[in-house]
Amino acid sequence: MNLEYSAEENAFREEVRGFLAEKLPARTAEKVRLGKRLTKQDMEAWHAALNARGWLAPNWPRQWGGAEWTAVQNHIFDEESWAANAPRVIPFGVTMLGPVLIRFGSEAQRRHYLPRILNGTDWWCQGYSEPGAGSDLASLKTRAERRGDRYVVNGQKTWTTLGHYADWIFCLVRTSTEGKPQEGISFLLIDMKSPGVSVRPIILIDGEHEVNEVFFDNVEVPVDNLVGEENKGWTYAKYLLTHERTGTANIGNSAAALAQLKAIAARTMKGGRPLACDPFFAARLARVEIDLEAMKITNLRMLVEADAGAAPGPESSMLKIKGTVIRQEINDLARRALGPLALPFVSEALDEGYNEAPIGPDYANAIASDYFNNRKLSIFAGSNEIQRGIIAKTKLGF
Amino acid sequence: MDFRLTDDQRMLAETLERFLRDNYPLDKRHAISASDSGYSAEMWARFAELGIVGALFGEAVGGFGGTGTDLVVVFQALGRALVVEPFLPTVLAGSLVAELGTGEQRAMLADVIAGKRLLALAHAEADSRYDLERVAANARRDDGGWRISGAKSVVLGGGGADTLIVSARTGGDVADKDGISLFLVDPAAAGVAIRAYGTVDGYRAAEIAFDAARGQPLGSTGAAYPAIEAAHARAIVAVCAECLGAMEAARDITVEYMHTRQQFGVAIGKFQALQHRMADVLIEIEQLRSAVIAAAAQLGAGRDRREKFVSAAKNLAGRAGRQTAEEAIQIHGGMGMTWEYPVGHYAKRIVMIDHLFGDTDHHLERFIGLG
Repeated sequence: MNLEYSAEENAFREEVRGFLAEKLPARTAEKVRLGKRLTKQDMEAWHAALNARGWLAPNWPRQWGGAEWTAVQNHIFDEESWAANAPRVIPFGVTMLGPVLIRFGSEAQRRHYLPRILNGTDWWCQGYSEPGAGSDLASLKTRAERRGDRYVVNGQKTWTTLGHYADWIFCLVRTSTEGKPQEGISFLLIDMKSPGVSVRPIILIDGEHEVNEVFFDNVEVPVDNLVGEENKGWTYAKYLLTHERTGTANIGNSAAALAQLKAIAARTMKGGRPLACDPFFAARLARVEIDLEAMKITNLRMLVEADAGAAPGPESSMLKIKGTVIRQEINDLARRALGPLALPFVSEALDEGYNEAPIGPDYANAIASDYFNNRKLSIFAGSNEIQRGIIAKTKLGF
Repeated sequence: MDFRLTDDQRMLAETLERFLRDNYPLDKRHAISASDSGYSAEMWARFAELGIVGALFGEAVGGFGGTGTDLVVVFQALGRALVVEPFLPTVLAGSLVAELGTGEQRAMLADVIAGKRLLALAHAEADSRYDLERVAANARRDDGGWRISGAKSVVLGGGGADTLIVSARTGGDVADKDGISLFLVDPAAAGVAIRAYGTVDGYRAAEIAFDAARGQPLGSTGAAYPAIEAAHARAIVAVCAECLGAMEAARDITVEYMHTRQQFGVAIGKFQALQHRMADVLIEIEQLRSAVIAAAAQLGAGRDRREKFVSAAKNLAGRAGRQTAEEAIQIHGGMGMTWEYPVGHYAKRIVMIDHLFGDTDHHLERFIGLG
């Protein structure tokens, strides 16, 4: 056992810090710190900066522009990025589709799509969930019927994150109704500009437009846009979901949020002394810190195992459940810390160029709405109930 | 023991519930909340006509109720419909006028009950958090009158009030219970600067700065603390009942969803893991109902006894509320996260009630301190 970082790893951390200090625009970091809205341009600019350094898709193979980072390097980058208030990398192209194409796509697809993901030509979104297929994803009904060299797609996807920005959508579609539901699903790449695709916003409880419904009305898709084999899409989807979940432990995000929470607790006054000194609040804070510190090790243990070749399986479910619960607990404590000042909410203040004085401290405005927004963490990417089911089935043998 | 409502209270509940069912659908509520003033003057007038505002006050000041149970009946129904009109500011400020006002001052309550005058209590400050005794604003005598200076924070209904009741120190140190006085202040008076805003759950509040603003004393100088605490006790009972009503609504919507939403070929309510969680929510709601009933019954008791029951109810509301709100969203999945669907709005109100008049930890500490 050796839980210390190696000299190389420490040097890597310095390199990441240096990069962030130099390349992360202060304006963007300030928006992230205060929970303000990022524009599409903010996100694209950050992707471009990472790509210029070769760090946009660090887990892809080098031949496709990746960096082949170790689990520890990923962890360090994640931690430093969040600590510096860098925007998150939009995962749909880089983290989700990329690995699927690299593993299951054709050579032509890799050559065409992977560079475009890296250089920002294509913004991807994910077409998985449907109104009738949420937790029960395999029951999806969006149909793709083969007609000559095209598929004709009809149906509806939902919860499509940032679909209003997307150029392309990777979709799970039904190509067969025979056998088990999982056996008739295919993985299809669809140009959002195709005739018959329409996008409708879904406003979430914090009032924000983040997710969408996407409708397909006789959308023609070239058969070349099928990834892998017809009716094997479920296998690719599971591969993708497992990849997605290893990133949903939210460690770096939680660590940064905990640091912010401690800063809030240190400057918020309760009964004439800092809230951090209040035994009731300090106990809540300590509990979540203990959980997070253990979670950091759990995360690294599981990622290092995955590095060594173990296929991520139910471990990713554990990371997803505990990681999201910890992140949500920090959200809960942040709203508690603010006391009555969690109540005021000025939506316009989340936009760039709002110049009026904040109500209370500058960080207060987005705290309560973030608490509500982050309720999504235990719902999306396979709800925590679904993850518990996976653990019960695969680890406990039920 | 008799847990039944009186005939009058039962009629009040039925009248209000029917009125809200027929006239206050959630889409209308959202439209009212998003309007400039954040409440509907028309709805407020109709509430007053129905006697709902009057039910918050005793007969001595022209009301038709005013007991703890009356507050519970009204606010539970308001919670079920997420009513945004300024009932809570009316209870807080109105209780103080009823308790401390001279005959002339109390006469304004007739207008309040008739829906023609809105009151708000400007008491909390940015550094006071939930401590009622922490007042830094001050008042000084000036040619026969009083001038108030200081800043009040998150004043509920502060933007729409016709009369403000403002606490200010006329003696003592910043955290002393002695030396706090109350004043009636005209919000349009010189030296009053109001910045009104919406709250994250769709209600209205304001930051109000007073710079040598003229005020008329309400009650004896320097001795307002006990009345402020008692008014907050009433407001806490009211808001706990509102929380209970919102929790019942969230529960009903969620149970209905569990019966109808199909996944894996069955209604999701067939899954035992979800059934048990809603069963726990049901138990917590009944626990809160009991705590609210008990606190309402103790509003007329001696200070320590009253406050202990009040803090118990608010502590329980914070705990049970969070559990109910989070489970209601989680069991809905993505639907629970949408603006269009009602359950998220209930969840927001339930959780943010924890930020009114002391959160669950504040009242736990207080409960312990009361012995």
